[in-house]
Amino acid sequence: MQTQFVLDDVVTVLGPDGVADPATDPKLPGETVVRLFKHMLLTRMLDERLVLLQRQGRIGFHIGSLGEEACILGPTAALGDDDWLWPCYREFGALLLRGMPLQTYLDNMYGNANDAVKGRQMPDHYSGRPYKFGSVSSPIGTQMTQAVGFSWAAKMKGDKSVSLVFFGEGATSSSEFHNAMNFAGVYKTPTVFLCRNNGWAISVPAGQQTGSQTFAQKGFAYGVTPVRVDGNDLLAMIKVTRDAIERGRRGEGPTLIEALTHRLSGHSTSDDPKAYRNEAEMAAERAKDPIPRMRAHVVALGLWDDAQEKAWAEQVDADIKRAVETAEKAPAPALHTMFEDVYATQPWHLVEQQAEAERAPRPAGHGGGH
Amino acid sequence: MPQMNMVQAVNDALRLELKRDPRVVLLGEDIGKVGGVFRVTQDLYKEFGADRVIDTPLSEGGIIGAAIGMALYGMRPVPEIQFSDFIFPAFDQIVSELAKFRYRSGGEFPAKMVIRTPVGGGIRGGHYHSQSPEAYFIHTPGLKVVCPSNPYDAKGLLLSALRDPDPVLFFEPKRVYRAARSEVPEGDYTVPLSQAKVVRPGQHVTVLAWGAMLYEAIEAANQAAAQGIDTEVVDLRTLWPVDIDTIVASVKKTGRVVVVHEAPKTCGFGAELIALINEKAFLHLEAPPVRVTGYDTPFPYTLEMDYLPLAGRILPALIETARY
Repeated sequence: MQTQFVLDDVVTVLGPDGVADPATDPKLPGETVVRLFKHMLLTRMLDERLVLLQRQGRIGFHIGSLGEEACILGPTAALGDDDWLWPCYREFGALLLRGMPLQTYLDNMYGNANDAVKGRQMPDHYSGRPYKFGSVSSPIGTQMTQAVGFSWAAKMKGDKSVSLVFFGEGATSSSEFHNAMNFAGVYKTPTVFLCRNNGWAISVPAGQQTGSQTFAQKGFAYGVTPVRVDGNDLLAMIKVTRDAIERGRRGEGPTLIEALTHRLSGHSTSDDPKAYRNEAEMAAERAKDPIPRMRAHVVALGLWDDAQEKAWAEQVDADIKRAVETAEKAPAPALHTMFEDVYATQPWHLVEQQAEAERAPRPAGHGGGH
Repeated sequence: MPQMNMVQAVNDALRLELKRDPRVVLLGEDIGKVGGVFRVTQDLYKEFGADRVIDTPLSEGGIIGAAIGMALYGMRPVPEIQFSDFIFPAFDQIVSELAKFRYRSGGEFPAKMVIRTPVGGGIRGGHYHSQSPEAYFIHTPGLKVVCPSNPYDAKGLLLSALRDPDPVLFFEPKRVYRAARSEVPEGDYTVPLSQAKVVRPGQHVTVLAWGAMLYEAIEAANQAAAQGIDTEVVDLRTLWPVDIDTIVASVKKTGRVVVVHEAPKTCGFGAELIALINEKAFLHLEAPPVRVTGYDTPFPYTLEMDYLPLAGRILPALIETARY
C-alpha cells in the first residue's frame, strides 16, 4: 500500500465570484451567513481603528487579523457552546463572536480599571473564561499543549467538549507543537489544531520554517488527521472545522488544519513589513481578501446590499467610538491590584511590597493615565 | 505508628489523595507500571488504573503543558519530573504559564498543581541527576517551593501542597528517600506550608538548612557542641514563601547565622535568606552571615562529596561564626 505523505488537496467552497460549491457548502441558514459576514466587517473595521489609535499614541499596541478574518471567524463559528477556544493572540474577532462585549475588549486594549485582566498584560492579551476562551500569553505555542491537556481531561471525564487551538505556521517550529501533537496523537484527544499559515512569522517566510512541502502533512507523523483548506474562504473554514470537531466528538482524535491565508498587514503595530515584503506580492494577496469574496456570496444570495452595508458600517463606527470614549475615561487599575492574584492569598512578602509601593511616589505618565 | 521511609511516605500521601479527591491524576515518565524510577508511585497504577496514574511520552514540556490544561479544566494533576535536572524542557510552561495564569487572567484561570521531582546529589548521579534548581523557581512570582527533610514532613507537606490553591514545586531529596525512616501516622494529617521547624534549639549560632543537608547541619551542630558551641538548627521545610518569622526570631536570639545548601553559591537561595536577615535583623547580628554551599561549578561526579556542603565543611563555619 502506498502511504500518502504529502497533502495536495486544498478544501475550497467559495469561488472568487462568491458562488459556493454545492458539494462542500456547509449550507448555513441565511441569517447565520449574514451574521458572520457582518462580524467579518466589524472585525476589519475594529482592526483598522485600533491601528489608528496606536498611531495616535492612544493605545500602546495592537496585533491584528487583517486578511485572516475568514480563518479566525470560520472555525469559531463552527464551535458548539460547550467547546473551548485556545487563542494565539490575533483572535479578538473570535472573542467578540464568542460573546465578549466590545466594551470589555476595548477596556483590555486600554488596560484600564475595567479590564478583565486588570491592566496586567499588553493589549490583545485578553482572557475570556465566561466565553470558554483561554488566556493569551506571548510565548509561542504554549497554548497548544495546554489545549491538548484540557481536551484530554474533558475526554477522561466523559464530557463531549472539543478544544480548538489557534497558532501560526511559525509556531510549528516550536517544541510545543511537537509536544502537543505528540500527546494528542498518543491519547487521541478531541483537539482541533488550527494552523493559520499566513506566510510570515514576523519577517521570516513560511519556506524558512520547515523543509516539509506543507505544514498539514506533519499531522501524518503524529497520527493526527491532516487537512489543508483555503483560509480566505469562510465557508470552507466552517466546513473543515465542523468535520474536525465531529471527529473529535466521535472519539476519532485530533485534526491538524492548515489554513492558507495572507497577513495583509505587518506582524503587529510594532512591525514595518516594507523591510521584507514587496508591493506587487502584497497587491496580489490583497486581491484574495476574504471579505470581498464573502460579500460577493451574500450579495449573490440576495441577503446583502450596499444600503445594509452602509447602515452596518455606521452602526459599528458609532459603537466603536462610544466604547473607545468609555475606555479612555476609565481610570487606571488601583495600585494594590498589582499585588493581587499572584497567589490565592497574599503572602507576607507581597504585603510588605504593596505597602512599599503605596509609600512610593507615583511616576508621571504611567498608571495615572494612558 | 508505622515506620516509613520518604518513598513510602510520599506514596502514602499520593494514595490518600487519589482516594479522597477524584480530580487528582498522576502523570509522568515511568510512574505507572514500574512505579517510577525511585518507586515512589509503586502499586498506584494497579490500584487506581491507567487513567489516574498515567505513563506519558518522554517529554517534560508535554507533561507540564498538558497538566496545565488539565488543571484549567478543573482536575488536580500531579506531574512527576523524573529528576529535577530534567525540568528545564518544561521551564517555559512553568515560569511563563503555570506561575502567571491566575495573575495574567485577572483571576479567571487559576492553574493549580503539585510538580513532584527528586532533587539533590550524593547519589553518584553526576551533572544531570544531582542538581538543586530551587532558586530558579523561588525567583518566579506565583510559585510555591517545598523541600521536606524527613518522611513525616514529606507526607504532611505533600498533603498540604495537594490541597493548596497555588502551584507548588515539591522537591524530594533523593539522598534521603530511603536513608531516613521515621514514624508516620496512618491516614490523613497535614504539615502546614510556610512553617519552618526548629529541630535543634540552641543559643550561640543559627543554621538554616533543608532537605538532605539538614542532616549534615545537625551532624555539624552535634560536633560543635563538643566544643561548647550551642547551635540552633532550623529546617525551612517550605522554601517559598519562607517562614520569615521563625528565621528572624532565631537570628535575633543567636545573632549569628550560617546558611547551608547544595545549589551553587551565587544567587542561590542562601543569598536571599541573608539579604532578608540583613533587612530584618541587622542590628542583632554579631557576626557576618555565612554561606556553606555547593560551589559555582557544574555538579561533579567523582568529587561530589567535596562539592556538597557536608558536616565537615559546616563545622568550621559554625565555629568561626560563633567565635567571631
